[in-house]
Amino acid sequence: MGPEQTILKRVFLTISTTGTLERPATDLGFLLHKHPDKAQSFSTSHGTAHVFYPEASAERCTAALLLEVDPVALVRRGKGKGRGGAPDAALAQYVNDRPYAASSLLAVALSTVFKSALRGVCAALPGRAEALLPLRIEVPALPARGGAQLVGKLFGPLGWSSVAVEPVPLDAQFPEWGDSRYVQLVLEGELRLADALRQLYVLLPVLDDAKHYWVAPDEVDKLLRAGEGWLAEHPEQKLITSRYLSRRWGLTRQAMERLELVRLAEADDLQVEDVDNAVDETSDTEERPVPLAEQRRDAVLTALRDAGASRVLDLGCGQGQLVQALLKDVRFTEIVGVDVSVRALTIAARRLKLDRLGERQAARVKLMQGSLTYTDKRLTGYDAAVLSEVIEHLDLPRLPALEYAVFGSARPHTVLVTTPNVEYNVRWETLPAGHVRHGDHRFEWTREEFGRWAEGVAERHGYTVRFVPVGPDDPEVGPPTQMAVFEMTSKEAKAA
Amino acid sequence: MTSTEEAVVTTPGRRLPVTDLSLVVLVGATGSGKSTFARRHFKPTEVVSSDFCRGLVADDENDQSASGDAFDVLHYIVGKRLAAGRLTVVDATNVQQESRRQLVRLAREHDVLPIAIVLDVPEEVCAARNATRADRADMPRHVIARHRRELRRSLRGLEREGFRKVHILRSVEEADSAEIVLERRYNDLRHLTGPFDIIGDIHGCSSELETLLGKLGYEDGGHPEGRTAVFVGDLVDRGPDSPGVLRRVMGMVAAGNALCVPGNHENKLGRWLKGRNVQHTHGLAETIEQLEKEDARDPAFREQVREFIDKLVSHYVLDEGKLVVCHAGLPEKYHGRTSGRVRSHALYGETTGETDEFGLPVRYPWAEDYRGRAAVVYGHTPVPDTSWINNTICLDTGAVFGGKMTALRWPERELVDVPAEKVWYEPVRPLVTEAPGGREGRPLDLADVQGRRVVETRHMSRIGVREENAAAALEVMSRFAVDPRLLAYLPPTMAPVATSREDGSGKAADGSFLEHPAEAFAQYRADGVARVVCEEKHMGSRAVALVCRDAAAAHARFGVGGGTSHAEGRAGGPTGALHTRTGRPFFDDPAITEEILERLRTAVTAAGLWDELGTDWLLLDAELMPWSLKASGLLRSQYAAVGAASGAVLPKAGAALEAAVARGVAVEGLLDRQHERTADAAAFTDAYRRYCWSTDGLDGVRLAPFQILAVQGRSLAAVPHDEQLAWLDKLVEHDPSGLLQVTRRLIVDTADEASVRAGVDWWLEMTARGGEGMVVKPLQALARDGKGRLVQPGIKVRGREYLRIIYGPEYTRPQNLDRLRNRFLNHKRSLALREYALGLEALDRLADGEPLWRVHEAVFAVLALESEPVDPRL
Repeated sequence: MGPEQTILKRVFLTISTTGTLERPATDLGFLLHKHPDKAQSFSTSHGTAHVFYPEASAERCTAALLLEVDPVALVRRGKGKGRGGAPDAALAQYVNDRPYAASSLLAVALSTVFKSALRGVCAALPGRAEALLPLRIEVPALPARGGAQLVGKLFGPLGWSSVAVEPVPLDAQFPEWGDSRYVQLVLEGELRLADALRQLYVLLPVLDDAKHYWVAPDEVDKLLRAGEGWLAEHPEQKLITSRYLSRRWGLTRQAMERLELVRLAEADDLQVEDVDNAVDETSDTEERPVPLAEQRRDAVLTALRDAGASRVLDLGCGQGQLVQALLKDVRFTEIVGVDVSVRALTIAARRLKLDRLGERQAARVKLMQGSLTYTDKRLTGYDAAVLSEVIEHLDLPRLPALEYAVFGSARPHTVLVTTPNVEYNVRWETLPAGHVRHGDHRFEWTREEFGRWAEGVAERHGYTVRFVPVGPDDPEVGPPTQMAVFEMTSKEAKAA
Repeated sequence: MTSTEEAVVTTPGRRLPVTDLSLVVLVGATGSGKSTFARRHFKPTEVVSSDFCRGLVADDENDQSASGDAFDVLHYIVGKRLAAGRLTVVDATNVQQESRRQLVRLAREHDVLPIAIVLDVPEEVCAARNATRADRADMPRHVIARHRRELRRSLRGLEREGFRKVHILRSVEEADSAEIVLERRYNDLRHLTGPFDIIGDIHGCSSELETLLGKLGYEDGGHPEGRTAVFVGDLVDRGPDSPGVLRRVMGMVAAGNALCVPGNHENKLGRWLKGRNVQHTHGLAETIEQLEKEDARDPAFREQVREFIDKLVSHYVLDEGKLVVCHAGLPEKYHGRTSGRVRSHALYGETTGETDEFGLPVRYPWAEDYRGRAAVVYGHTPVPDTSWINNTICLDTGAVFGGKMTALRWPERELVDVPAEKVWYEPVRPLVTEAPGGREGRPLDLADVQGRRVVETRHMSRIGVREENAAAALEVMSRFAVDPRLLAYLPPTMAPVATSREDGSGKAADGSFLEHPAEAFAQYRADGVARVVCEEKHMGSRAVALVCRDAAAAHARFGVGGGTSHAEGRAGGPTGALHTRTGRPFFDDPAITEEILERLRTAVTAAGLWDELGTDWLLLDAELMPWSLKASGLLRSQYAAVGAASGAVLPKAGAALEAAVARGVAVEGLLDRQHERTADAAAFTDAYRRYCWSTDGLDGVRLAPFQILAVQGRSLAAVPHDEQLAWLDKLVEHDPSGLLQVTRRLIVDTADEASVRAGVDWWLEMTARGGEGMVVKPLQALARDGKGRLVQPGIKVRGREYLRIIYGPEYTRPQNLDRLRNRFLNHKRSLALREYALGLEALDRLADGEPLWRVHEAVFAVLALESEPVDPRL
């Protein structure tokens, strides 16, 4: 058990309503199908859910849902074969040691314990189930990726008169640590109980955005059912569905694939996201005016065609977008995508559908793990190499190693290097001053800095270099992306 | 093996010699009895027949239209068998030259001898036999006739086609009475188990050879303990007395006291002795002159030398296949094989085709690629010092060039050498530390680290790295680590103490321990370690610091900075590094790193350690505090987040439960549990808070060094910890900046009850005050147990409260503890030892001034092993 599991064995929310003598608040008991004077326990797949009423009078009635998570049960779920399964007990424990979706557990508990209420069924008081009810829902610790702001955005349009979101500080003793990812949420307003419950059922896991290890394949149907009547018009519909479903598959698999990296991160008291961050899944500032990535690819393709290259290395191929573009032009007879991230290569292989590609196509493309800080005999003898948005992901002191590996050892005739032009950053509205465009950028260069480096490289290794702007060439700050085109001098080419 | 036997007409009952690893090609018309012959003389699995392959691909053994595919299959199976080193018999007519040519080529590809056995029986016999077989009864007679014609045409040319033995059986009787005799290959001496003394290149240095033989315990060419000398060749040329060396070696070989493989110099001398036209270069002139003088004394000697050289076998497989000896090294696929290229590789090695600046051929670094199980011992390439690389070792230490003459004791793996008496011959190129092919200072190559690897270590022999672990390490090393030139070491993981069964007996208020020092002392006592040092475990982050006297020293020893490269940045370059246990720089800002290094440097200078240790740089193992400095992400997302969430949930849930109880709802059980959890959560928050404090720049940062790992030319990993701590105390004492922190310690005698009790009390007292715990280490640092195995370099004993962070707030509850005690430490222990051995190896390689790739190989392997699956709570 990791610490989080151990403590977050308690997940808690309360639902309150008010009433009058004619329409007593205790009707909530009928609507929820749970008697206000009894404490009831329900066994769910992840632990025990308790329902009890701290208050129950005609004026005011509160139902509390307390979930005691059973970590042993979680571990057991990890065992066995098939998806989510782990080959041995120790590993199962290990996988489940990752922080898990506390809120999805609560959502599962909601749907188990208040099944009928969620469907809006109430035989005793059919009218009340259909009617609006003055509701107050409190979740004292709601994991919310995206912060209080997003919580507001998600619940705001759903008919509540008040959505109060209070961030929970990480540790009062260390105010400099800031807020935790938890918020305290209080919803107040007149809604149908079933609608309120359905919103929670969908939005709690969406806000958590954590890893679902046990999502069933019928999750799409579930989402559609629970979102009936409110999801379709929700302004954040896209975010809700993608978060709810995007990690449906593959997470367990990914966790299994990348466990080696997880362990290396842990050895350094880091989170795996700090290490396994070669694949960018979240927003990427540099891609924001979407065409830039495309413009960059076009510029690269043009330069490759101009150079007459047919056997091309994509060094730092990432998720394979450029490889995909190269495949579409038959003049590129051999395309090798190299990346140090196994995860990126896995995604690239999936993107390129390597296992389903026709033979002739497949013979043109190869993906392999490699590192540009080591020389690599496999990379010699190519016409051209592309390093698109790669060098800035390397610490400056390691750049000479890359320089040697590419220009000294692999020595393709043409080398294209693209990198952000830091001067242009002032033109990005969303980028705070002084920030780099991507969390993993170790540096971003001005045109002069890039030029100085590139000219030095060219001189040291027998290349010529020219510079090509990519994207709108701002008269003041230049283009967003700068590209250097290196060509081996004819003397060197002959010697080679 | 090189001689070709004459094709002989076999007399009845004739024994047919067949080499035990060869490709036997049966040749004969349909119906000539090949299958029967094969069945009688070979195991069924050794025989691959074309009929069978036809059946495999076409469901019909006689479907001639399937022959193309059938032979593809046949060649494939034969290839696989030969690659695996298995005798293989091809049962097909093979009467056409083209079909035989393919088989000869296949044999050569796998470096085995092709042997032909021809069944030359009359056409009538063939026809009669076919007639008795239902599936061949209607085979036209002209097919047999054609086979017979083709066969007869082939008979005389079989040797020319490349068959190294040809046996022709001229009649049914001969075929029926023949007997196959399996012959061992000449190079197969697996049955000889030594012990051996393998002696490197001699080059006519007769006097040094006699000294070395004496040092090895030989008396007049024989060893009183029956050891066998093995010479790796290059006995002659360049040196003062090649005849003397030859006489000694030939005498020992003849007496059965020695084995000898030929070097390229013997090969050339042999050709000269046969009257061939060879250039008298590379020292052959000297040998010729010496031999001519010898003629006067002993006219028969020259002929004896010729015979001796002629009979030398290019390499030997010895000691049940564990040892291969040859002159210039041999890749695994050539071991025990017999072909021209095997011989050529054994004699000359492989070259890349390039020549170096001295005009000498550049050798292909085959040893870097070698992954074989057998140790390969060879010579040929002079190096100043020998070292094992991937289970291979070069014993040519340039005796004739004024170096030394080296022998390897096998299976002891001990090196014995004697210095050259003088420089007998000037080398064309200076002797450099050149692991075969490993040019000094070459950049790191992916092949040094990628894929499945085996790293040779001095302290634990071979340590394997799996491919997936190497892949993960490559990612971290490439993207996050400091410059590999400054990354000389990564600390090993540490195993916890054996799980305590201690029931507490009043030592802990509410029960018992999961980890307790008594087990650590007991374990070391059992390992034969009398004295251990208990060192306070600082709860921070492991840090390795490389501190150089200045940027110039860093440039001189580690090659960083000082360059003209734009990217090296600041003038002067770095003066060292401060990195984490996965090689990441501790601080993103190099200026802060330099500031810490400067403070360290000041302390080293003031403490006089540069001079005391005779060095310009120190490699330190240390703990950097506070924990929150490095682990802030983890703290935020895990520890503090848990505290925050529970702080928000528990009071509300508690209040709700109390309200329900007040209403008479039966939730008392839940409420009690709720109170417990609240207390646990508070204890948990307290536990992590102890290791966090605020820092501002370097204010509040502490570094507690606990070992000096290495200095110029020396690994200090085996220096006893009391000496180590004395140096470090001096260092802390001379630190005016307040950065350095002392490590408290206590020495315990594992056999003395009172001393052990004092150790336990010390730990109890320290952990009661909130300390993380302690590490128990053998005082002598590097220790081995009674069986000579490495013992754990340290065992951690974590405090009872600290373990809440690891095992959760409620781990001390009896039912939890019982479950947790069922933990498995073996893998963690093995991992700790393997990483320790690799770390030691990196330090030794660094101390020996080995090339960067060799140091990096070991460091990288530590990182790779860190990604092996092991219970992260251990």
